[in-house]
Amino acid sequence: MPGRRTVRDNGEAARKVGRRGVMLGLLMGSVSIGLAMRMRYMQIEQADQFRLLADENSIKIRLIPPARGLILDREGVLVAGNEQNYRVTITREDAGDVREVLGRLARLIPLTPEDIEETLAETARRSPTVPITVADRLAWEDFARVSVNAPALPGVTTEVGLSRIYPLPEDFAHVLGYVGPVSDYDLAKLDKPDPLLQIPRFQIGKLGVEAKLEDELRGKAGERRIEVNSTGRVMREIGRREGEPGATLVLTIDHRLQNFARARLGTESAAAVVIDVSNGDIVAINSSPSFDPNLFVRGISSADYAALTEHDHRPLADKTVQGAYPPGSVFKIVTGLAALEAGVIGPGDKVRCPGFVELGDRKFHCWKRSGHGSVGFSQSLEQSCDVFYYELAQRTGIDRIAEMARRLGIGVRHDLPMSAISEGLAPDKAWKLAKYGKDWLIGDTLNAAIGQGYVLASPLQIAVMTARVATGMAVKPRLIRSVGGVEVPAPVPEPLGISETSLAQVRKGLFAVVNGAAGTAKASRIDDETMLMAGKTGTSQVRNISAAERASGVVSNDNLPWNRRDHALFVCYAPYEAPRYAVAVVVEHGGGGSLAAAPIARDILLFALHGGLPPLSAYPASQRSRIEAELGALQLLDEATTVRVRSRA
Amino acid sequence: MSYLEYNVKTVPTGFRKVLYVNWPIVLLMVATACVGFLMLYSVAGGDMAAWAEPQMKRFAAGMAGMFVIAFIPIWFWRNVSLVAYLVALVLLVLVELFGTIGMGAQRWLEIGPLRLQPSELMKVTLVMLLAAYYDWLDPAKVSRPQWVLLAAAIILVPTALVLAQPNLGTSLMLVMGGGAVMFAAGVSLWYFAAVIAAVAGTILAVFQSRGTSWQLLQDYQFRRIDTFLNPGADPLGAGYNITQAQIALGSGGVTGKGFMQGTQSRLNFLPEKHTDFIFTTLAEEFGFVGAISLLALFVLILVFCFASAFQNRDRYSALLIYGVATTFFLFYAVNMAMVMGLIPVVGVPLPLVSYGGTSMIILVMAFGLVQSAHIHRPR
Repeated sequence: MPGRRTVRDNGEAARKVGRRGVMLGLLMGSVSIGLAMRMRYMQIEQADQFRLLADENSIKIRLIPPARGLILDREGVLVAGNEQNYRVTITREDAGDVREVLGRLARLIPLTPEDIEETLAETARRSPTVPITVADRLAWEDFARVSVNAPALPGVTTEVGLSRIYPLPEDFAHVLGYVGPVSDYDLAKLDKPDPLLQIPRFQIGKLGVEAKLEDELRGKAGERRIEVNSTGRVMREIGRREGEPGATLVLTIDHRLQNFARARLGTESAAAVVIDVSNGDIVAINSSPSFDPNLFVRGISSADYAALTEHDHRPLADKTVQGAYPPGSVFKIVTGLAALEAGVIGPGDKVRCPGFVELGDRKFHCWKRSGHGSVGFSQSLEQSCDVFYYELAQRTGIDRIAEMARRLGIGVRHDLPMSAISEGLAPDKAWKLAKYGKDWLIGDTLNAAIGQGYVLASPLQIAVMTARVATGMAVKPRLIRSVGGVEVPAPVPEPLGISETSLAQVRKGLFAVVNGAAGTAKASRIDDETMLMAGKTGTSQVRNISAAERASGVVSNDNLPWNRRDHALFVCYAPYEAPRYAVAVVVEHGGGGSLAAAPIARDILLFALHGGLPPLSAYPASQRSRIEAELGALQLLDEATTVRVRSRA
Repeated sequence: MSYLEYNVKTVPTGFRKVLYVNWPIVLLMVATACVGFLMLYSVAGGDMAAWAEPQMKRFAAGMAGMFVIAFIPIWFWRNVSLVAYLVALVLLVLVELFGTIGMGAQRWLEIGPLRLQPSELMKVTLVMLLAAYYDWLDPAKVSRPQWVLLAAAIILVPTALVLAQPNLGTSLMLVMGGGAVMFAAGVSLWYFAAVIAAVAGTILAVFQSRGTSWQLLQDYQFRRIDTFLNPGADPLGAGYNITQAQIALGSGGVTGKGFMQGTQSRLNFLPEKHTDFIFTTLAEEFGFVGAISLLALFVLILVFCFASAFQNRDRYSALLIYGVATTFFLFYAVNMAMVMGLIPVVGVPLPLVSYGGTSMIILVMAFGLVQSAHIHRPR
């Protein structure tokens, strides 16, 4: 420590600090004067020169939208691509009098007064430097006419862009969805929007695979540095950095099967799902009726849109994953497996079916009024005896049934890149208490046992269930095979954890449904030893049948209005010995599952197994002539019109 | 003995301190900050919420901190100088280890919602410690080599850490800010001459090192130097910022293009228009008159700081004020020189005007030290 300093020392030191302070101050002062002089030099002496540079500041950076990724079917056939799109844009700042310029433009290309008003409103709303699209998808002649007359059209720019096109529009509408212009709502959802989204009329996926895999499909923007003159006309391009096109997606879907399935569903309000049981690949997933997604890309007219939304068959809905239906007797597979696994029914056990069971003051009917008599397990599936399952469900309990449903894929979400996927519902006691605050009633169990009441499943879910029962493995559905040439690994299925004896009993019953003498779907059997089919019919009510109606005779479906008829369901797989494909078909308000759904499912299954139209020999001899006529009447895709793209994979 | 044991009775106490605040400095700072709010409103295209409003909140927070610091006696701040410096040093080490990477360099620590840049904190604590050091040191010994070396170490340890981030601009400011306190404390001029000679030699060495295995600067730093030396060579590449900034500035002319009328900034030609390059927008929209007025505000703040230091017989207080004033000076001088193309772009904000978080709050609070020294000066 220094010793005590004298006051004089301090005084001297303080004076020194003062002197150094003055020097510091002078230094800072002179630097500041230097800065001021520089300002004067730049802003007064050289101001004119800089002003000129600012006025001529002609270098602008424009983004180059990347080509959107292609989407191919499993064989590399193009199902979503890009086409050249000629368009004309106008920039308010450069145009001066926008109305005048648009008036001149209207003499060159077809522009309605409404188009002009719309463009005027848009230019007023956006920044004056943003180019606004005036006309899109011009014919080459119109486009050329505008280019030639460019000098008379200040602020008007002609551009060639890419626009989405779906070559197989109706087959893939629900799977792919469609693209559309970025909306304010889309932008609000993103924290840091890609600058590409600011480009006027840039299109992004709105629905389905296009939306769910938007990030992969979009690609990366390129950049163009251009020199423009004082009216904003592009003089030359100074630099260019190309963007990266979006990744090519390969689907698991087979376009031919997809097309056949859609044609086969026809005008029904229906859904069909085909799963490759070996790896979970969805080879066809079809919702009917369909629509043309190209209409949405181009901007659908209100009349077309109204036609789609007002159609009572709901073409816009994707019934395969969004639809949740009471699965009806198809659910007996779940109830049966749950009972077998719980050990509440032995191999030889029988249940007597008098046509109904009484529970308190309620009567639960079997679909067969006269009853099935004494029924064993296999027979119960074959003839779809309701009373048998009422009894089984009471012995098993709803919680074990619900657990089995979830294990088989009902009431759980299958994560596919599609929009608004339904979870379905496998109800149990806790669920009802949470949802309605009420205790589960035994009547609820009886309803659930035959897939009515609270139970809901999507066509995809019952297809997954069928694949799982057929293989004994927890098959997981997959829709995307590869992204940008990189294989999406097929999930390795794990065993379901259901005993082989239980599965074998159920499969035996399912075989009898189609091939048994009293099978509910025996009319839809396959007459080919190598491709024998197993399946289960389902008919689910969409209305309550009152006691009064039951007394006076249940009104047959044919006499009901369309939207009150029963849903028809059918699930199946084949070949029975070595399962290859599982199929689920749901026909909304189609009537009985055996009549409306099973024949469709059989045709699709055969098409899948044969990789094309099946030979008539696969059908029972008595049906061949009718089937030949039916299949012949289908309007199928002409393979020559498809575009095959060699994927990098 | 230091002057802090002076007659405490003459120092204002309680709320009377408000009367002894150096109000001209406060008013000049508020005026400068208001220029900043105006410019932030303008560059956001007339949007308050984008930058102007958060900036106002931060400035208010900084001012509140400034008054709290101002009312705490200066001898308290002298006594905590070493601790403050060590804390900042530890934070610098932490930012090196856990810091968030931004703009290619490790610069800040995320502490809850706070984004702390320890290098900004170090600018102030370094000045505090050096002032306390020279207050403690016998004035007769300031030029002895061992005591000069100790002071140099105090400066160079944090500088090395900041340089490793790598943040060239801030490390230079640390050296110059610390050097100013040493200079004011009376360290022999020969040392400064020697350092300047060494720096000149080093610059030569740095250029010689380029492209060799012992390259002394990062590539991007070399590119910035190239850009500075010849911005016209690649007007669209690395020189783009500087070319556009100068066009904006020069085209403002005498009276400017008018509030919110700057074509350069409106057309997004300007890079970082709300942070380091905000001066260009001011110069474009308000011309030479506006630019020189802002410079005048800065110089006036310095003048009042120096006036306060001259009156102050307490050694710590005077050195501290010189240090803070120098730091403030370096902010605006480096920033203006940078956007006017006098020195390479080093990423230093315009004090009180540029949009920025910790940097501005810490600077405003540093003025709290100046105020505390002013209020509690020996009378």
